[in-house]
Amino acid sequence: MKIVKRSLTLKLLGTFLFLAAGFANAEVGYPEKEELKFGFIKLTDMAPLAVAYEKGYFEDEGLYVTLEAQANWKVLLDRVIDGQLDGAHMLAGQPLGATIGFGTQAHVITAFSMDLNGNGITVSNAVWKEMKKNIPMKGGKPVHPIKADALKPVIESYKKQGKPFNMGMVFPVSTHNYELRYWLAAGGIHPGYYAPLKGDISGQISADALLSVTPPPQMPATLEAGTIYGYCVGEPWNQQAVFKGIGVPVITDYEVWKDNPEKVFGVSKEWADKYPNTHIRVVKAMIRAAMWLDENNNANRKEAVKILSKPQYVGADYDVIANSMTGTFEYEKGDKREVPDFNVFFRYNATYPYYSDAIWYLTQMRRWGQIPEKKSDDWYKETAKKVYRPDIYALAAKELIAEGKAKASDFPDFAKETGFKKPQTEFIDNIVYDGTKPNAYIEKLPIGLKGNQKP
Amino acid sequence: MNAMNPDIFKKISTAMEGREIKSATGKPIVEVFVIPAVKALSLPVLGMVIFIFFWNVGAKSIDTSLGQFPGPQQTFEQAQSLWQEHLQERTKEEGFYERQEKRNAERLKKDPDYKVRIREYTGKPTFLDQIYTSLITVLSGFLLASLIAIPLGISIGLSKNLYAAINPLIQVFKPISPLAWLPLVTMAVSALYVTDDPFFAKSFVNSMITVMLCSLWPTVINTAVGVSGVSEDLNNVSKVLRLSWLNHVIKIVLPASVPMIFTGLRLSLGIAWMVLIAAEMLAQNPGLGKFVWDEFQNGSSNSLGRIMVAVLTIGFIGFLLDRFMLQLQKFFSWDSNAELR
Repeated sequence: MKIVKRSLTLKLLGTFLFLAAGFANAEVGYPEKEELKFGFIKLTDMAPLAVAYEKGYFEDEGLYVTLEAQANWKVLLDRVIDGQLDGAHMLAGQPLGATIGFGTQAHVITAFSMDLNGNGITVSNAVWKEMKKNIPMKGGKPVHPIKADALKPVIESYKKQGKPFNMGMVFPVSTHNYELRYWLAAGGIHPGYYAPLKGDISGQISADALLSVTPPPQMPATLEAGTIYGYCVGEPWNQQAVFKGIGVPVITDYEVWKDNPEKVFGVSKEWADKYPNTHIRVVKAMIRAAMWLDENNNANRKEAVKILSKPQYVGADYDVIANSMTGTFEYEKGDKREVPDFNVFFRYNATYPYYSDAIWYLTQMRRWGQIPEKKSDDWYKETAKKVYRPDIYALAAKELIAEGKAKASDFPDFAKETGFKKPQTEFIDNIVYDGTKPNAYIEKLPIGLKGNQKP
Repeated sequence: MNAMNPDIFKKISTAMEGREIKSATGKPIVEVFVIPAVKALSLPVLGMVIFIFFWNVGAKSIDTSLGQFPGPQQTFEQAQSLWQEHLQERTKEEGFYERQEKRNAERLKKDPDYKVRIREYTGKPTFLDQIYTSLITVLSGFLLASLIAIPLGISIGLSKNLYAAINPLIQVFKPISPLAWLPLVTMAVSALYVTDDPFFAKSFVNSMITVMLCSLWPTVINTAVGVSGVSEDLNNVSKVLRLSWLNHVIKIVLPASVPMIFTGLRLSLGIAWMVLIAAEMLAQNPGLGKFVWDEFQNGSSNSLGRIMVAVLTIGFIGFLLDRFMLQLQKFFSWDSNAELR
């Protein structure tokens, strides 16, 4: 690592921030732990990890990182908690769920948001055939975005025949679960409640569509086997369904909620306290990787796809991964459309861990009963601050600016940033989300628990 | 030829007649050696050709959602690409160590107290690395199993009472699938094997113990049978010579039961190899089993071909292991009349 000469003001600012964050020394020292093992799930949005490794960004920080694919999200989280993994590619809801004790209880934090968007909802060919009858057409192609209203009659006919309408998502606190539920509920389909106090964590109470967990890489195979009729998952597993000809993606999460936060890099609180310098250096390397991924208008994406298609990372075919990573998305076979922001790794401050993002996931946990009782607005904010750590992110970013590896304009203005995005309007049902008023937001949502309701 | 040059042919055959080489039994050498040699070579080759033909035809008629089922050609291509990947990874490894040395040297300049440690390569294990891991695991598990099974087999073979006491346990434990053991072994190892800087990786210990648990039984049973089958004559000799118990075991029992022990060991090793692949697949422990599972999960158009390479490799290694045990068995076996196959 280069020794960096800083101006006095920067140094003072740095010192102040370090003290504020509870560190004793002013510069990021050598890493306390040099050999690290990070876990990931085979999805294209693990790209920042693969790039940071292949491009040598981890090594530049003096870190010797091993990347290891994990079998499923539960195994991954458990291994981060018990220390077998130093950190991992996680679902945004995982650190939050773990910290509030839904599922495995443990204090997990994140200082780096890995990407925006990147998921899709796919239904089987048979369901698509029925759905298509309810979708307006324009120029021989269905009009997008497709709302769940088109799926509702299909589910009703399944119900009449006494067939349960099963759908797959990847984890109870996954972004996919909330996005699928949001989309279904916006179309008047009840996705079911959780009731952890009664011991019911299946999430299927009063459900029209029964959602259950399937690991991402197994989604296409499970759909093919007829166990589920549709699923919500990250890439490349929607495009895989198109290539295999077993299903049709109907909507991307970009259309459900534009620029929604997707994965984060999670570590246990204990780990972060024990190895603060290591943590900052990891975040530095990953910020550089994210910058590389979005550089010059996605110019490096093709190279990234090549890296991801290696068997030790995602391992799917180049063409399958390239479809979404290079800014297009294929719905029905042959119906390829431009979605330039399908995967966002750095633009729009994608890597900054916003409190408001954390709070949105908490509101959805309350909406579907994973949080069994009403919580105050302050509770939402405190929980978000416990888990999301923009302070660590800021230290890493400033270090990169001082080293000349990034510009201050690449990042939010750290002096003024509150961590709350402006009220967001771009949801499929046009309901406005303001992260500073979580309870008021919950009241506005049509299907879901409100106030003190219980499932 | 004959019609054109009858004279030459006649000359040659008359010349040959007088000194036709005969084998010891008096039959012409062609009949004794050449025909069997041709048969021994051509029949397996013929079998192979027929197999490849059917494989090819069969593969072409199976269309999976991951593309065509891998035929011989695709499998061969994937084997080559796996080899290429191995070479590439080795080049990357060299670069990794070079960069590391440079970085260490730089840091040492600024921070003289720094204790330099060479960190192991962090890249992915290649197919050949996975084979190596699997072999080491199976051999350690098998060795451990043999160390337990042979003494146990001898003791219960010698004592009828001990046999009666232990036999029911053996019969119950013998048919248990490795996959049933695995969760228990994993939890037990996590609970008992706690070190900060483990010499063996936990995954290795898990696989090894699972292999051991499943490969014990054939050796135990065969050893016991071999030991209890030592002829009364030999036992009487031992009694006449007043051999001590230890001497009795070493001089009489062991040599007499060696063929049976090795039969057991061979069965055990075969089971150990099968169990290991299953355990690696299920527990995601490094090795060939994990390779197969990872490729299956990737679902790329090359995956099935690569899995096929692994399948054939597993078979071939299993075959080599068995041949190796057979050679050992031949070496230790005193009964040269017994036909081993």
